[in-house]
Amino acid sequence: MNSDQITEREFVYREKIELRKKLGQIFYLTLVLAILFGLFMLAVLLIDVGIEGGPWLKSQIFTNYHSRFPEEAGMKSAIVGSLIVTLLTGLFSFPIGVGAAIYLEEYAPKNKLTDFINLNVNNLSGVPSIVFGMLGLMVFGRMFGLFSPNSWLVSTFNIPVNDGSSGGLIFNLFTIPWLEIHLPFGRSMVAGALTMTLLILPVVIISSREAIRAIPSSIREAGYALGTTKWHVISTLILPISMPGILTGMILSLSRAIGETAPLIIMGAFTYVPFLPESIWDKFTVIPIQIYNWITLPQADYRIHLAGAGIIVMLVLLFLLNGIAVFLRNKFEVKW
Amino acid sequence: MSLSNSYNQNTKKKHSFFSFLNYGEVSGIKEKLIAISLFVCGILSIFITIGIIFALFSEAISFFMRPEVNLWTFLTGTNWRPLASKVVPENFGVRPLIQGTLLIAVISALIAIPLGLGSAIYLSEYSSSRIRNVVKPLLEILAGVPTVVYGYFALSFITPLIISFFEDTLGVEVRFFNALSAAIVVGIMIIPTVASISEDAMRAVPRSLREGAYALGATKFEVSTKVVVPAALSGIISAFILGISRAIGETMAVTIAAGATPRLTWNPLESVQTMTSFIVQVSFGDAPAGSINGQSIFAVGATLFVMTFLMNIISDLIVKRFREVYN
Repeated sequence: MNSDQITEREFVYREKIELRKKLGQIFYLTLVLAILFGLFMLAVLLIDVGIEGGPWLKSQIFTNYHSRFPEEAGMKSAIVGSLIVTLLTGLFSFPIGVGAAIYLEEYAPKNKLTDFINLNVNNLSGVPSIVFGMLGLMVFGRMFGLFSPNSWLVSTFNIPVNDGSSGGLIFNLFTIPWLEIHLPFGRSMVAGALTMTLLILPVVIISSREAIRAIPSSIREAGYALGTTKWHVISTLILPISMPGILTGMILSLSRAIGETAPLIIMGAFTYVPFLPESIWDKFTVIPIQIYNWITLPQADYRIHLAGAGIIVMLVLLFLLNGIAVFLRNKFEVKW
Repeated sequence: MSLSNSYNQNTKKKHSFFSFLNYGEVSGIKEKLIAISLFVCGILSIFITIGIIFALFSEAISFFMRPEVNLWTFLTGTNWRPLASKVVPENFGVRPLIQGTLLIAVISALIAIPLGLGSAIYLSEYSSSRIRNVVKPLLEILAGVPTVVYGYFALSFITPLIISFFEDTLGVEVRFFNALSAAIVVGIMIIPTVASISEDAMRAVPRSLREGAYALGATKFEVSTKVVVPAALSGIISAFILGISRAIGETMAVTIAAGATPRLTWNPLESVQTMTSFIVQVSFGDAPAGSINGQSIFAVGATLFVMTFLMNIISDLIVKRFREVYN
């Protein structure tokens, strides 16, 4: 066909295709703008925090407690509190989360209960964090008032409980002095860590399951072919192979726990703690609560500058943890 | 021999809760004890849910049993003044808190849904895998930034911008603590939620659908908007719902930036109080256990839980009911 001779239909088509391509280009530009907006806001946020807080990031942040003078105020107790609570959260949530993941991936029969557990884990990961704080307050902080002086449990069994805010039952497990147990857990770091455990457990379970599921069944079958038991296959094959993936998910969940403020406020963490904790039953504060406390103060030095400096410390901690997680994944992940 | 034996038992007892104990590989007391303790870890999540429902509703019920409160005025009343000296049912109407929450959720959805969907279409349809591998983790940092930082960002950056725009340019009065500032940062915060779930849904659309459309002469724009997005619609809508449900449950950013004035208003330049920020306000003030304020946060918390729980269930149902399955 001669290219000079264009039929009318083709003419209309060509005119339209120009329009359609234009539309496509405009659409593409809109999409690029949409994604750039998100990245731009991230950059603005980091720059804003850096400009406002950077000059205030001095050693007193790490060495001092909160003070009436902004130049001297720091968040030593909050940093220590965050580290201990996060460590405890890891200790509590690792066995439970990985155990649940192993059960669901390796043992769980296909029945209604398993389906229900799956649905439930997914739904729990969508529950607002503040609700976990209220659960922690009732279950760990107050234990539904079971150990208050006038509860039915105390009066029936004649339990020797103390009055007052630090009251309840204090005893040594197996009479070992350092295995002290306080009931209820009150506003201690144990209560905070258990609350955080409930909060991150769904995420830990989901990410551990993904790590375990990535292992091909041929590995398991090779183990069974040698005549071993199920737990032997799990403990010598499944867990070691999936451990980098499990740890990556674990670290990412813990870094979420470090930034969480609301559940611990509800659970009863303090804002002003002018001492370092001596035991896990002491009262505590954490970095985000200290930052929140500074934000609510009227003076700009606290509200803008000191809070900004605190945020830099927290973000650096989070980036370090995430860096470790990415490193673990890239270095040890096995591709099948 | 024992393996084949257990296999038969398996198929027979498929519906029993404890059939996992009868697998041939789980032989011996030690193996069974381990299996049972793993099972306990597994069903713990159910107890967490039961615990949430029990903790919230037992306190909420004792709140409603009080003579000063009334379930009907709680749900319909237009005043929320729990700290007022006069404790009457008229002061316990939760609607201002719900409306404050919805105001912020709606505005943040208006921000996050178009931006999140746009980002998702770009990542799934347009970007090269090299760009995607860089941009996607960066975008997800937005979801990993602690919410207290967003509150700080709202007060130190967004609010001054809003005030200088509305007051100095338009001459409209703006409160320092306003719903708009909080809603903007919440919107930014949930962009990654919307984007990554929508993107997953779009990437699950098989290539052959796109190729079929290209073969008919469609442009990339037409393939994206008329083929891929409709095919992934159930996943995209569930991403929207999950994003909104996150906005409803968001706590620290709105507590810091939106103020603490329970007010029945749709004006985003006013100061409002959300359900979550009321709970934080009371917890910060150290309400003793058993007091009316200490119990009121559980009534509000139960309302919040029911709202987000229903939204999550609806989003689940939409995915299950309307998902197009391609092979």
